[in-house]
Amino acid sequence: MINCGVIMNSFCKQRRNLPFWMPITGIRAIFTKSLDLACAQEKRKNWESVVGLEVHAQIKTSSKLFSGSANKFASPANSLVSLFDCAIPGTLPVLNKKAVEAALLTALALNCNVNLVSEFDRKHYFYADMPAGYQITQQRLPLASDGYLDFAVFSSAVHKAAYKKQSKIKQLQLEQDSGKSLHEESCSGSLIDLNRAGVGLMELVFEPDLKDGEEAVACVSELIRILEALETCDCKMEEGSLRVDANISVNKPGETFGTRTEVKNLNSLRALARSIDYEIVRQIEVLEKGGKITNETRGYDPQQKITLSMRDKEEKQDYRYMPEPNLLPLSLLQLKLDPSDFRVRIPVLPEQERTMLMEKYQLSLETAIQLVNGRNIDYFLNVMDALPNLPVKKVCSLLLTDLLGLLHKDEKTIQECQINPRQFAKIVELVKNKKISHSASQNLLLLLYRGDLRHPEQVVEEEGWTMINDPKQLEVICKQIISENPKSVAAFRAGKAKIFKSLAAQLKKECNDKYDMGDATQTLKRLLEEKNL
Amino acid sequence: SVKIDSKTIEHLERLSLVDFANREGIRRLEEAIQFANQIHSVDTSAVKPLINVLYEEYIQSLREDCVTEGDIREEILSNATVTEEEYFFAPPGNIPLPDKD
Repeated sequence: MINCGVIMNSFCKQRRNLPFWMPITGIRAIFTKSLDLACAQEKRKNWESVVGLEVHAQIKTSSKLFSGSANKFASPANSLVSLFDCAIPGTLPVLNKKAVEAALLTALALNCNVNLVSEFDRKHYFYADMPAGYQITQQRLPLASDGYLDFAVFSSAVHKAAYKKQSKIKQLQLEQDSGKSLHEESCSGSLIDLNRAGVGLMELVFEPDLKDGEEAVACVSELIRILEALETCDCKMEEGSLRVDANISVNKPGETFGTRTEVKNLNSLRALARSIDYEIVRQIEVLEKGGKITNETRGYDPQQKITLSMRDKEEKQDYRYMPEPNLLPLSLLQLKLDPSDFRVRIPVLPEQERTMLMEKYQLSLETAIQLVNGRNIDYFLNVMDALPNLPVKKVCSLLLTDLLGLLHKDEKTIQECQINPRQFAKIVELVKNKKISHSASQNLLLLLYRGDLRHPEQVVEEEGWTMINDPKQLEVICKQIISENPKSVAAFRAGKAKIFKSLAAQLKKECNDKYDMGDATQTLKRLLEEKNL
Repeated sequence: SVKIDSKTIEHLERLSLVDFANREGIRRLEEAIQFANQIHSVDTSAVKPLINVLYEEYIQSLREDCVTEGDIREEILSNATVTEEEYFFAPPGNIPLPDKD
């Protein structure tokens, strides 16, 4: 209830500052858009925020981590449960080889030190969806530690320039997932489904080196790209196969980290970003009023877009970790699982792809991000390979602005695009060779996108888009423009440089896509300055 | 002799869900701790902790990733006192123990 109070107070405060004629119904809309954002940014100026992530990724295996029951989403309740999974006495855990291989591959791709010998522990707590009363995990000696994830932070809406960032990984460990509890309003209790109990998880514990929701989303998005490339997790946050917890604290610059809170059960990137940004502002407000932050667990309410306390007591959980006596140390080399064999299995990862694009094609980081993160790289490379010496800037602008714009309107992805890379390359070549203008290329693209089966050159010929490009004719046109606009010409020659724009606009109209506009404006400028002598 | 304070007793009861905070129960616990404390008389500073006696002769074996179990819902649910259709039924959340005061 305290949180609701904080929100209500700021609501009332802002209401007083609004003009008296503003209708009440309009306020909520304004609120959630500009006022909220402006207020949040104001508040955060005097504070540093610290975010550390914990990611639980379900390992993409057919069976569970320690038992032979199936790992499948959305099956009839309690149908994928073995005697071990529901903790019947007399059963023992047997480790899944593919799970170990997946975790090892992931650890290597994330630049970790692999512990050739790692061990399993029991983490004790009581909850109805965990029948044994403990979870088998790797707390003391995990499979891997001290890795890092390089990623880029770029939202075209917020930042102008992209920047690179790294989040360090404290450890990567194998552990069991718990079952699911469904809370029934009517029958005051929980319905327990153990299908998920015992499914293998990779837990990735990151260091607290991020600063806000945007960085957290960028980090997790990159992680998802890597895990999908490795095929070790299907990363479906909405199905729960990838879950993120965020540890958040604030402090004044120069001071040590403040008390942190943990926000759990975030099952979408949107929830991740919003809950972190909300929590940062909430903590700042509490501290600025002279209050203290409790080290507690909070949940995120996507309806109200706020975080709420989940525990009554401040008391820290006492898990009584102890070594799992039913499992021997996991000794990789003895099991013929050599990290060097796995290192070569790592496919090309997004960071490598972006670096390659920037080096090979001299692209900016922002463009590289749009190609790689937007999964457009394959199409781009196929285009560049289709014909030699294509102007890369033209390819990128036609692909990322025009083609993606069309696909976006139809809610399609590049993989579903009608235009094959060869045709696309042809369009760019036509522009490069000054056969058609830029705007004609856009029209050509649109026709082919809509399903026109003609060859690009055929379309150009039949639609009459071929440019004339005769420099003598171009001079004639430019001279015509000059003679038709004596006032503007005089103004330009007197020093009013800006007037060139209106002359160029007229020139463009007159050229009617038959001339390269670069050549045209150059000619116009030359003639204007020539007569000046 | 070993004496345990009431806060620790409460904490242990909550962790174990065992109700033992009567005079006899506490005395038993204190005697057990005293007995185990004898281990402190040995200097183990240079000794690596032994967790499992098998690890020098055996290695942890691994299982192929095949589905070999499951699909025994009736059996799985048969021990439960309360079930609801195909689900176990559990009381809401974790029932906190009432404070001893």
